[in-house]
Amino acid sequence: MQWDIVIGLEIHVQLATKTKIFSGSSTAYGAEPNTQANAVDLAMPGTLPVPNEQAFRYAVMFGLAVNAEIERRSVFERKNYFYPDLPKGYQTTQLERPIVGPGYVDIDLSNGESKRVRIHHAHLEEDAGKSLHEDFHGMTGVDLNRAGTPLIEVVTEPDMTNADEAVAFAKKLHSIVTSLGICDGDMSQGSMRFDVNISLKPKGEDELGTRTETKNLNSFRFMEQAIAHEVERQMDILEDGGSIVQETRLYNGDRDESRSMRTKEEANDYRYFPCPDLLPVEIDDSFIDEARNSLPELPDARKARFMEQYGLNDYDANLLASDSKLAAFFEAAAERGKDAKLASNWVQGEFSARLNAEEKSVAESPISGEQLGDLVVRIADNTISSAGAKKVFEALWTGENDNVDAIIDSQGLKQVSDTGALEAMVDEVLADMPDQVAQYQNEEDPKKRKKMLGGFMGPLMKASKGQGNPKLFNEILVKKLGG
Amino acid sequence: MHNKSVAELARDLDSGQVSSVELTRAFLDRIKQEDGKYNSFITVTDEQALADAKAADEQRAAGKATPWTGVPFAHKDIFCTDGVRTTCGSKMLENFVPPYDATVTANFCQAGAVCLGKTNMDEFAMGSSNENSYFGAVTNPWGLASGNKRVPGGSSGGSAAAVAGRLVPAATATDTGGSIRQPAALCGVTGLKPTYGRVSRYGMIAFASSLDQGGTIARTAEDNALMLNVMAGYDRKDSTSIDREVPDYTATLNEPLKGLKIGLPKEYFSDQLSPAMEEQVRNAVKEYEKLGATVKEVSLPNAKLAIAAYYVIAPAEASANLSRFDGVRYGYRCDDPKDLMDLYTRSRAEGFGNEVKRRILVGTYALSAGYFDAYYLKAQKVRRLIQQDFINAFKDVDVLMSPTTPSPAFIQGEKTSDPVTMYLEDVFTIAINLAGIPAMSVPAGFVDGLPVGLQIIGDYFSEARLLNAAHQFQQVTDFHQREPQ
Repeated sequence: MQWDIVIGLEIHVQLATKTKIFSGSSTAYGAEPNTQANAVDLAMPGTLPVPNEQAFRYAVMFGLAVNAEIERRSVFERKNYFYPDLPKGYQTTQLERPIVGPGYVDIDLSNGESKRVRIHHAHLEEDAGKSLHEDFHGMTGVDLNRAGTPLIEVVTEPDMTNADEAVAFAKKLHSIVTSLGICDGDMSQGSMRFDVNISLKPKGEDELGTRTETKNLNSFRFMEQAIAHEVERQMDILEDGGSIVQETRLYNGDRDESRSMRTKEEANDYRYFPCPDLLPVEIDDSFIDEARNSLPELPDARKARFMEQYGLNDYDANLLASDSKLAAFFEAAAERGKDAKLASNWVQGEFSARLNAEEKSVAESPISGEQLGDLVVRIADNTISSAGAKKVFEALWTGENDNVDAIIDSQGLKQVSDTGALEAMVDEVLADMPDQVAQYQNEEDPKKRKKMLGGFMGPLMKASKGQGNPKLFNEILVKKLGG
Repeated sequence: MHNKSVAELARDLDSGQVSSVELTRAFLDRIKQEDGKYNSFITVTDEQALADAKAADEQRAAGKATPWTGVPFAHKDIFCTDGVRTTCGSKMLENFVPPYDATVTANFCQAGAVCLGKTNMDEFAMGSSNENSYFGAVTNPWGLASGNKRVPGGSSGGSAAAVAGRLVPAATATDTGGSIRQPAALCGVTGLKPTYGRVSRYGMIAFASSLDQGGTIARTAEDNALMLNVMAGYDRKDSTSIDREVPDYTATLNEPLKGLKIGLPKEYFSDQLSPAMEEQVRNAVKEYEKLGATVKEVSLPNAKLAIAAYYVIAPAEASANLSRFDGVRYGYRCDDPKDLMDLYTRSRAEGFGNEVKRRILVGTYALSAGYFDAYYLKAQKVRRLIQQDFINAFKDVDVLMSPTTPSPAFIQGEKTSDPVTMYLEDVFTIAINLAGIPAMSVPAGFVDGLPVGLQIIGDYFSEARLLNAAHQFQQVTDFHQREPQ
């Protein structure tokens, strides 16, 4: 049987405010447990929440970035449940009047098409603390540093039909919130966490099947795996004539396993009601206008500009534009290097590979976009070969020297482009290799001939001590060998 | 000395007739001697009080005195006091010492007042008789001579009894459904519940957040005004507090009442009220007429729905507010919990008293899926109707007057078996909290030797007018000066 896959996402985005949503405690990650929790965060008796204006500004910026309506009278509700890392015994969140109303995001698919994913709403809420089950010998440690960190929870419509689309959406959202500067985007620290709702229905059927929710996926890869895993699990059940239980599941990425966390019947009755400690928050035009005016360039606009301004193709523009830090790095390299295509190749090639290999972010890069631009200049004007360029890059990266021209000089990487000198070297090498010359000249297939040219390059580079311009060597060779 | 008001004590301190240390010692001694009868204090902070008194005397000597500098008073044990245990009348918080001050507490410290201790109360402010305190019932100083122990009312019964018993000239209090006015009435003292949002709730342990309001209990209206001067004002730590100028509440106490328009809500003079009580209240209203006020009957047609609406909204909010008492971070924790669920259930089962549990259950039920609309939402609609009744009434009159309670102080144990009978104690006070308006209870006579309270209700932010009306009444009557025997 053929199945349609239906996927909706709920995404928790930690807002990069300095302080918590309802208290003045710092939100910085990684402090000693419980050192960033004050009386309000600990839910000491009599303490009260005071809303953080910056969290509202960020939420409004997000709403504007996803083409959504902003709720002018935003209300907070209490969501009641007991858990040790939830100090008040309720989470302050939004239900009836979330700050961000319906909106949408367009994603690029691998087949080159674009698809619109609708956002149902996004609401502001407080994060819970963390329960630590290791190191406590049959007990649980509670760290409330995270308790009260502002979140927006973005809820999509069930518009995605496979893992690729879901991941593309997740990456796009990541790109939007980091470009806005409202989230640091660091998934390893839990700054973005995904819940995936999945259901299957017979192909072409209108009615949706029973869905499951897989919670708390904190990487794009786990998300992709979890979707594949859950689709297969549901498909197996349905094809065996079974039915899906509406439930919340946990996915273990390391083992590619999932287990039921709770079924619908076991679900809490959260007893939502408006939080009487917080008055409805009125958001006026000037607040929204101010947020609109503070919006930075968003990934879609940036991509269009990269295509227009730098002549990049769709793929390259998309890749470079989606990460605001990478985009800025590229722009610096392209502006300085005066060759955007070459800059794009180096940013996506050597530079990105090196970051990945060392698990570094763009911000942690030891070299600047300007330095890469200087390198691009020297490649473009044929001062160095691409092999030489790699050596310069290495020296820049390791901090051996921070000046491209100085490295070229000290390592003697400048190419010889004097045609007379190069021709002499070619003559010498061809004279030493009569068999190969004959073989070449007897070969009819142009492809094979081209390949055979490579056989002369090694000795030529050796003869030139690696400094001969390979492009010129090639031209001279072709001429001398007779086409 | 113990019969003097705050205003009089401040004058004595000012003239150097007495020092704050002397005053504080005298009141502390009195608490030691007399409070065995009343049990109005949970904690007495002798050492701290004497240290504060000494500091206050130095302040005064340095010429930096406020009207409160060196004046002894007490806090209801619902206001968090930095470094001093704050129990809220509950086993749950028997050993809880907050590392912070409530805004109200901080304001009194700032003013130089000397806190002698924390007064007894119904557990988490839930009760109308002060019989729900983990620290034992409070006994009303009135009626003891007859051999019967009577309730002081609740939940601020400790504050009212301490003031009536002359253990302190003034005490803070809170009012969610009548918890200032009803005990003030039953103990023959003067109490004021301000407009919701007038006094910061920060550090005041929450019962029902949308109804709770800190206020004042003292013998005279003037002392209530002096207290409110310290307590009222916007607090950025409480999002529901209101940013509005605070007048000097003593400045208008002596305004003449000529032309004051008084409304008598007919629903508050119903069969629930004993004829003897009604007579006292009507006599009081006659005094106002003598002072130049005019009187007319008005109607609050939805008043009869107030108790029902209140007992949905208040428990609903309480059920969430009290979830933080889970045995995890502070407060009572059961011995040897087997697992997390056992920790939760036993800590809460052992740490909370019956009335608190009853209200948590009621509130949880009212918010549950399938019941929310019928209970919570309906109650909120009723609340708006009640609010509208008052708004309409104040189009015609300046203040409303009624009895504060349907009957005088009852005997301990008399109403404990039936919670609903107990809830009816607040029949005249509860609608005021739902509307968020201010109201006072003023001593207005006696029935069988027990005090009767006159409730004066005003429009939003009309505290100055209420205090003025109460003060003028106290210039021509002496009910508030009578001392229990």
